[in-house]
Amino acid sequence: MSTLIESVTSGTAHECAFSVKDLKPAGDVRWCAGCGNYSVLSQVQKLLPELGVPRENIAFISGIGCSSRFPYYMNTYGFHTIHGRAAAVASGLKVARPELSVWVITGDGDALSIGGNHTIHLLRRNIDVNVLLFNNQIYGLTKGQYSPTSQHGQITKSSPSGTPGYPFDPVSLALGAGGSFVARALDRDLKHLGMMLRRAAEHKGTSFLEIYQNCIVFNDGAFENFTDKATKPEHTLFLEHGKPLIFGANNEKAIRLDGLEPRIISLESGEYSLDDALVYDETNPNLAFIVAGMSRNPDLPRPVGVFLALNRPCFEEELAAQVQADIQKHSAGKPFQASLENLFASDDEWLVAVES
Amino acid sequence: MKHTSISRTHAVVRFAGDSGDGIQVIGSQFATASALANNQIRTMPDFPSEIRAPEGTPSGVSSFQLHFGTGEVYSAGDMCDCLVAMNAAALNVCLKDVRRGGTIIVNTAGFTEKFLRLAGYVENPLETSLLQSFNVVALDITRLASLAVRELTLSTKETERVKNFFALGLMYWLFSRPMAQTVAWIEEKFAKTPTLVEANKLALTAGWNYADSTEILTERYTVEPAELAGGRYRSLTGNVAAALGLIAASIQARLPLFFGGYPITPASDILQTLVQHKRFGVQVFQAEDEIAAIAASLGASFGGNLASTATSGPGMSLKTEALGLAVMAELPLVVINVQRAGPSTGMPTKTEQSDLFQALYGRHGEAPLPVMAAASPADCFRMSYEAARIALKYRTPVILLSDATLANGSEPFKIPASEELAPMQVNFSDNASDFAPFLRDEITFARDWAIPGTKGLEHRLGGLEKQNVSGAISQDAANHAQMVSLRAKKVAGIVREIPPLEVFGAPSGKVLVIGWGSTFGAIREAVAHLQKGDMSVAHIHLQHIHPFAANLGEIISNFEHIVVAELNSGQLVHVLQAEFCKKIEHYGKINGQSFKSEDIAVFVREMLARRDADIAAQASPNQRISFPLLPTLS
Repeated sequence: MSTLIESVTSGTAHECAFSVKDLKPAGDVRWCAGCGNYSVLSQVQKLLPELGVPRENIAFISGIGCSSRFPYYMNTYGFHTIHGRAAAVASGLKVARPELSVWVITGDGDALSIGGNHTIHLLRRNIDVNVLLFNNQIYGLTKGQYSPTSQHGQITKSSPSGTPGYPFDPVSLALGAGGSFVARALDRDLKHLGMMLRRAAEHKGTSFLEIYQNCIVFNDGAFENFTDKATKPEHTLFLEHGKPLIFGANNEKAIRLDGLEPRIISLESGEYSLDDALVYDETNPNLAFIVAGMSRNPDLPRPVGVFLALNRPCFEEELAAQVQADIQKHSAGKPFQASLENLFASDDEWLVAVES
Repeated sequence: MKHTSISRTHAVVRFAGDSGDGIQVIGSQFATASALANNQIRTMPDFPSEIRAPEGTPSGVSSFQLHFGTGEVYSAGDMCDCLVAMNAAALNVCLKDVRRGGTIIVNTAGFTEKFLRLAGYVENPLETSLLQSFNVVALDITRLASLAVRELTLSTKETERVKNFFALGLMYWLFSRPMAQTVAWIEEKFAKTPTLVEANKLALTAGWNYADSTEILTERYTVEPAELAGGRYRSLTGNVAAALGLIAASIQARLPLFFGGYPITPASDILQTLVQHKRFGVQVFQAEDEIAAIAASLGASFGGNLASTATSGPGMSLKTEALGLAVMAELPLVVINVQRAGPSTGMPTKTEQSDLFQALYGRHGEAPLPVMAAASPADCFRMSYEAARIALKYRTPVILLSDATLANGSEPFKIPASEELAPMQVNFSDNASDFAPFLRDEITFARDWAIPGTKGLEHRLGGLEKQNVSGAISQDAANHAQMVSLRAKKVAGIVREIPPLEVFGAPSGKVLVIGWGSTFGAIREAVAHLQKGDMSVAHIHLQHIHPFAANLGEIISNFEHIVVAELNSGQLVHVLQAEFCKKIEHYGKINGQSFKSEDIAVFVREMLARRDADIAAQASPNQRISFPLLPTLS
């Protein structure tokens, strides 16, 4: 049976060519001047025309927060939903329409506080959507309260004496929830950000990309150590599959695994050589957990890049296969018709014939 | 052996025992047998919310009531003609619902000292005068059933468990029901364990034979077939009917059905039924919570599917924020609330109609949406189909109210031909030259609906207020006022879809009883009974509560007294009084049980007597002297 949906859409047969310009809708972008969101928006707009997906087959779904205005600034299909629920709305859309490229735009409050449950279940199910988590470690749209990723002890409008309790590390959380693709990028490293966006888009299954995003008004400089030219080499560790974990202005330091503990070694002292450095393997979940844990240790460089990339079946494919299997099971020699006749005449139901 | 055979037009039977006794199984078997005998049937299962409630206690009693007959059967019946009590607690709980002179079959094995104590009996009721006005048939069903299977190699527990089929066999004999379909059911159900097939069949036959060969039951009954309209029938519970209605709508609209659900009593059967119908292109998404269930459904609706979610009170509370988004985004969505006794966890397996206010008003902001209510188990099919049709046509979320009685109760359902179902046509926009997200149909005010994948119609929806027509974000004061009004007018306009209410009885008169939802049967029976007694009384039953059918006001104005009977403390009364400025009498019940038709009839009679007395008192000039203590100014 051809559905009504098939009569107005025709899948990937559409013309794919469009430009960055086509992605910019009529209205203004209304984030604060200097907001980290701008660089993410421009990198996403740069990437999409290169993916080979028709513009009309792309949908951006967001929750509530500064970053969640994102869909209004993309001339694709978009749905700005309610606080925390973007992952759930996107799940329904992707299951219903697997041929679409579905993106979730969310923030640290949206995805990890009010919407935490949906985030972990999306990752568990491995539905093929791309989650861009804009982490600015603050509630920006409500003007400066602490978020579940704010630093322990951080002074904010709702924590004048410092935040009690400890923050989530989004990457560790995503790994713990069984995410098949988990990565981190920086708003101020455009080239790396572009690479991470592409990897996220190309991964089949839920792609979880945490983006350190500077809130210039309420939490300015939160990631300065990792993005500032002067401090970045010492404080940021770029993960690359199959390559040793090295950092420093002259790549003079490395991470060595001492039992289960990642430790900094100097490649200059003569005590260690490059062979002692941990070689990263993005297909090893155990390694991903250990390296993600470095984010909680201020004495270690902050890892960014792809922590984990695994091939796992997607939820919506399994569901579609079950539908097909049920159709097969009920096709006795001829194709199964989804008709009213068949709806009422199924074998497991009981019928009474009555003469009038 | 000689037995007297008595022909009856109606009978109400109830099976009751421990929640582990297999009561629901034999109850539904008896219902199936009665439907196969072409009787009209209505059933009312009742069971504890605990899976295995404390054995032998009143709180652990599970029961299944069935009303079957030759003529109209509107409800599951007020009082039982026959009760099967498998233990003392079952007797204690159900005795009040057995009519004087009725038959009570008791399993004496459930009346030991221990069971009597657990049931709360100080003395054994089988040995006192408590049951003297009933026809009591006491036998050790447990032992008789075990004797029937003694040749088989069964564990003690397995032997103990066949007693329900012995009881069923006895009842089949008593009411002259066919047994073949139960034998077939046993063979299929226990196919993997041939000994159990044999054991349950032996117990069933033993029950029949015992009744036939002893004089323990002197009378047996026949209930002649009802005159059902010709056609194919199925017995459906309300939950299964609601699920099939959604699938039928999906077939008719040529849209895939997406159902987001989260397990909750008593709505879970909708989820479980749909998941058995995947071949119809049904995608069932068991979500992580109630919020995700509706949010995912809304996502699927955005994608152009027919989307639905079903829940009960607490889940409904969680869904309300997303309902507001559905109202704002003007996306179709069918939300079924299978009401149960609340608030909070309340009594999850018991019925109530107390979520009406929530359905009508339970959202922030001005967020009107259509609210409908199913009147019987089979009506759940028609109403879920209709809810889907209206949701799709008007791009709006629709709330369909069901309840625990409808969800688990069953009745024969006449299978409709496709031409008997209202046509359903959805038009997606596919032309960029005449599309705007909030451009509206001139008659229905339904907005244009373009789905992802449609070239050139890319647009953004969301919870922020939108500019009329263009759909751009707008904080403009006049625009917001206009959009609020447009959304309300759109929903109000659904009145054109609603068939006029039909009055049961004369079109004008003294008393009009108004009901909604699952209480249809009890009210109809009560009113029919009062009409036979020459009272000027009529009944209308509302299936649409927002908007109302267009002729409701006129009908109300044609009666002197209006009574609303509902299982709450007066929610529809408030709505009708506000709408029609007329004093309305309320008859309510909030104990987790449905109405008994007799209670409604008594209320109407007394109400009328009271009102007539008031009127007479007001008319009497002597009334003045009845206040001797009033100070006078003279």
